[in-house]
Amino acid sequence: MSPYRSISVIATLFLFWVVMSGYFTPFLLTMGLVSAGAVLWFAHRMDVMDHEGHPIHLGKNAFTYWPWLLKEIVKSAWDVSRIIVSPALPISPTMVRVKTTQKTPVGQVTYANSITLTPGTISVAISGDEILVHALTREGAQGVADGDMDRRVTAFEGLS
Amino acid sequence: MIVLDILTWLLVSAGGVFCVIGAVGMLRMPDFFTRMHAASVIDTLGAGLIIVGLILQSGFTLASLKLIILGLLIFFTSPTASHALANAALARGAEPLLADDEGEPSSSPR
Repeated sequence: MSPYRSISVIATLFLFWVVMSGYFTPFLLTMGLVSAGAVLWFAHRMDVMDHEGHPIHLGKNAFTYWPWLLKEIVKSAWDVSRIIVSPALPISPTMVRVKTTQKTPVGQVTYANSITLTPGTISVAISGDEILVHALTREGAQGVADGDMDRRVTAFEGLS
Repeated sequence: MIVLDILTWLLVSAGGVFCVIGAVGMLRMPDFFTRMHAASVIDTLGAGLIIVGLILQSGFTLASLKLIILGLLIFFTSPTASHALANAALARGAEPLLADDEGEPSSSPR
């Protein structure tokens, strides 16, 4: 365990504590810091504070990936809304299997969650390096199968 | 501050409209999986626009930070819950309604 990760965990926990409490008296701030330290110790003992439990190494990549994801979410939410309000309800539900190119479980979860977060596509099951995706329209399924998001998540993962 | 008020008004109203659209979609869609697609409009655009609108009202305060944390919570938990729900439905044998080649939704052969 790197000391860098411990400092980052304790800083995150303490910041979260301060935001949630909103009191700035020395006694309460000390209590918050002690609580954050206790949680850090527990997490260390439970061995959950690894690159999956606290993935700080993804921090800087999030600033390029999240805005793109946000744009995709807005675009597809708009498309799904138009389908819903259209009197003909032009849906063509499709199931597709898509290959993933991520190397780590964190990367795969990011990809599967990104698919689900985008309205119109849901990741239903994951087996090996394939994700089973349910899409509201054939175009949506094609969009996932094209693999643009897959490439971006692999870049976000930052290994290859 | 009147500009901020108008912006909040627009954002929160738009968020509300998308929530209603999602709800209508849940009623109109034909099966379980397509209903989930309609519901995902609510927790992305619906909740997102309302939170942004409320952040504009509270300005640079702790309340805004809490709203951002709330947004992040939805951002991380909603896809996880959706995936668990869809996965459980498929595992328990819910058959997704799939479109045939003519583009009309029809029941899928197992």
